Amino acid sequence: DGTSCVSVCARCLAKSDGVISIQDNRISIWSVGDLGNVGLNGEYQGEPQLLCDIRHNGDVMDMQTLSANQRWEKAHYHVDRDASCGGAACTGVICSNPEIVTVGEDGRINLFRADQKDAVRTIDNADSSTLHAVTFLRTTEILTVNSIGQLKIWDLRQQRNEPSQIFSLTGDRVPLHCVDRHPNQQHIVATGGQDGMLSIWDIRQGTMPVSLLNAHEAEMWEVHFHPSNPDHLFTCSEDGSLWHWDTSTSVSEKPSFLHQGGRSTTYFSHNTINQSVVSAWLSNDPTKDRMEITNLIPNQTLSVNSLDILGPCLVYGTDAEAIYVNRHLFA
Amino acid sequence: MFPCPVLFLYSRFIRNTMYLDLAEHLGLIFHLLLKKPDSSCVFVVRKDQDIYIQTLRKLFNESHGIFIGLQRSEEEFAGKSRKTQLVQVSKNYRSVIRACMEDMHQAAVSARDPALHSQYSTQVSILSAMELIWNLCEILFVEAAVAGPLLLRLLDWVRLHVCDVDNMVREVLSSENPSKHELFWNLGNTQTLTEMELKWQHWHEECQRYLQDGTFASNSHMESICKILLGDENAILEKKELMTTWYHFLVTRLLYSHPTVKPMELRFYAQSSMDLFLGGESSPEPLDTILMAAFEFELHQVIKECSIALSNWWFVAHLTDLLDHCKLLQSHNLYFGSNMREFLLLEYASGLFSHYSLWQLGVDYFDHCPEYGRVYLELHIERIPLNTEQKALKVLRICEQRQMHEQVRSICKIMAMKALRNNRLGSALSWSIRAKDAAFATLISDRFLKDYCEKGCFSDLDLIDNLGPSMLLSDRLTFLGKYREFHRLYGEKRFSEAAKLLLMLMTAHIAPCSFWMTLLTDALPLLEQKEVIFSAEQTYELMRCLEDLTAGKSDKQKFQDDDVETMKVEMLRLALARNLARVIVKEGTLEGS
Repeated sequence: DGTSCVSVCARCLAKSDGVISIQDNRISIWSVGDLGNVGLNGEYQGEPQLLCDIRHNGDVMDMQTLSANQRWEKAHYHVDRDASCGGAACTGVICSNPEIVTVGEDGRINLFRADQKDAVRTIDNADSSTLHAVTFLRTTEILTVNSIGQLKIWDLRQQRNEPSQIFSLTGDRVPLHCVDRHPNQQHIVATGGQDGMLSIWDIRQGTMPVSLLNAHEAEMWEVHFHPSNPDHLFTCSEDGSLWHWDTSTSVSEKPSFLHQGGRSTTYFSHNTINQSVVSAWLSNDPTKDRMEITNLIPNQTLSVNSLDILGPCLVYGTDAEAIYVNRHLFA
Repeated sequence: MFPCPVLFLYSRFIRNTMYLDLAEHLGLIFHLLLKKPDSSCVFVVRKDQDIYIQTLRKLFNESHGIFIGLQRSEEEFAGKSRKTQLVQVSKNYRSVIRACMEDMHQAAVSARDPALHSQYSTQVSILSAMELIWNLCEILFVEAAVAGPLLLRLLDWVRLHVCDVDNMVREVLSSENPSKHELFWNLGNTQTLTEMELKWQHWHEECQRYLQDGTFASNSHMESICKILLGDENAILEKKELMTTWYHFLVTRLLYSHPTVKPMELRFYAQSSMDLFLGGESSPEPLDTILMAAFEFELHQVIKECSIALSNWWFVAHLTDLLDHCKLLQSHNLYFGSNMREFLLLEYASGLFSHYSLWQLGVDYFDHCPEYGRVYLELHIERIPLNTEQKALKVLRICEQRQMHEQVRSICKIMAMKALRNNRLGSALSWSIRAKDAAFATLISDRFLKDYCEKGCFSDLDLIDNLGPSMLLSDRLTFLGKYREFHRLYGEKRFSEAAKLLLMLMTAHIAPCSFWMTLLTDALPLLEQKEVIFSAEQTYELMRCLEDLTAGKSDKQKFQDDDVETMKVEMLRLALARNLARVIVKEGTLEGS
């Protein structure tokens, strides 16, 4: 692997056992091989095979899967497009085929379609600060987070260049770096901040987060709900840890010393028994059931910049120029 | 000892290989090459090529992990378990070198460009030599093998690195006197050294008898073998072409003549082996010198020679650190203060900082240099080019974790200035908040206020409306927030609240004096409302503010004021007077009557 791994994407893991990685500003697709090749300890025996390789100018900050047949140059820039040398960093991208939305340090939101050469829509100066991440809320609405602690909803059907709603952190306006929406319950949104705090928001009500969970010791770079098992949440951070948050109800109470996990396991209380419809993420009444948090990295050194999950597979990349694939997440 | 300042010479490292001329690359650090100090100085400037080679980066990253692990491993174990631990670390380093060798070999094989192929092949040779040296150092210094196991380790060492196994040895294994040879090969730990020596002596004498009796006289081949087994140097030398190097010869010789050789005796055999093998035909290569220094247990010499021969500090830095952990290096203070280990680590880490992403590894190395690490880090970290915000954030986090407040302030200022230049006022503010930089926050607020005065409306309302507690960072910022709030209240027709706020901005001196005129002008529409808004008390206050403002101006300024200014003042005075009149009447009237 070539450079600090800034973004990984596990979309192909289900079908072709592939992982997408960054290598010296090249986007590479690797095949991690078939399941038959597992050694004695369950460790993968063979070498990942490089399937294809695309060179990219500049640092790759974020990625999604699609076939590369389009290049939108200078989608993000400061002040004047032609004069701006090098442009501005594009910090986030999200796709919902065929639409692609990007955000950047220039506070701009771009909407592209995979088959069109020019941007379908551009919202200039959407934000006076840097937009760090974007994700789809519904097919026509997006969520963005910025460096002054705001979560904004944008309705792309509307022509006005204003967000339809703005949410803010209470207290200090700590920059927010990542955002993800609950796969089934679209009103539940999770964000991660520069202070490593995980915030859960209910966007149906109020403008402040529902719960704030003290998590990492440094910037939380990415947060992801598990797409098929949304009681599980994963976060990774500059402090080198990757946490697995598990709110799935446990029928019997396991004594703490029997819980498996990484080096640090802490417990929070959550109420899920009586309100089976309400997600565990929103409740904050302390009762029997707990949220289990596990650090999946035993010897942490450098930052974990990115992670992705699909089914039982977890893939993450670190600043030590390495990508790790864990194929037995719930074993 | 070391030439100072720091540097090294590029030289022919392995016979028949040469360093390529270094191609032009973009790099930030140049290594100066300096000939011997007494001769006239010729400066040859070269860039550090190695950090940009793809495969070597794996070496740097993996060894970083091993290095950190070693520093963190506490010395809870003493004696044998500590030694086992250190030997494992050494083996880990070596396996990383071998893995890189593999990758480099693959790269060489698949390279189509002959220059590239040549470069990769060179690297493979260098890595191979590094592993050879490291392995020997592991045997002699880290493991400190004693007589008995020493030879076994050396045998493994030679076998690992030399392709042609001595065919004779194989033949011996399958010879007609297997029992005799079993005794010889049984050099395990079960026997004490003396027992083994006795047995070996016995076997040796028996072999000698066979030779003298002429048992093998009929077969010159077998006679040769017997002579070799007896350690006859000439016989062994005759088979020189089967042994590729003098150290192979050394080990073979020891195997047959002095299998229970003690570590301290190695030097004599090594020197004579080299002399015999090279036979005055060729002079020792750098690799030979290094190995010889190792056999002579001259640690500092080994390190010095390696520093000279290799192009990059990686090898000596990590090896020295390991040897330091084995407590083998005297704390040898170099004249500019730090010890050898720290010196080499500092040089290695400094080299990493010229790379756009390997600098992060360098940080950890500096952390483990107790004397100068911090200073070096402070100087280097400020010079990392910050082309994206994410990179800046990583650098800031490193500084904050080490309480490097100066650097935090300076980096935040740089990022805030950049943002300001690009008209990203929100970003600029976010950087000021991070650094708790009140002065910069004031600058940003002034910029907003300037924009307001020019355009008549606020830009970036999403920012100003949502300042939260960060408003308190600077007075000007607080004013900005409150002023915007005034506008909002006015827009929502909450006039009395707006009026109260406006007055408070002036009386509490939150507003800068330069802005008072604007504020008073903003009060005009409130004064002109049908309903009386300002109370008598408040009106008096406003009048006082106006008078303070005009009194503050010198006569000269008043003279220079244009008609608009004087008209404004007049209008204000009139409006205030009118309001006062109305309010006196209103307040004088009985309510509800």
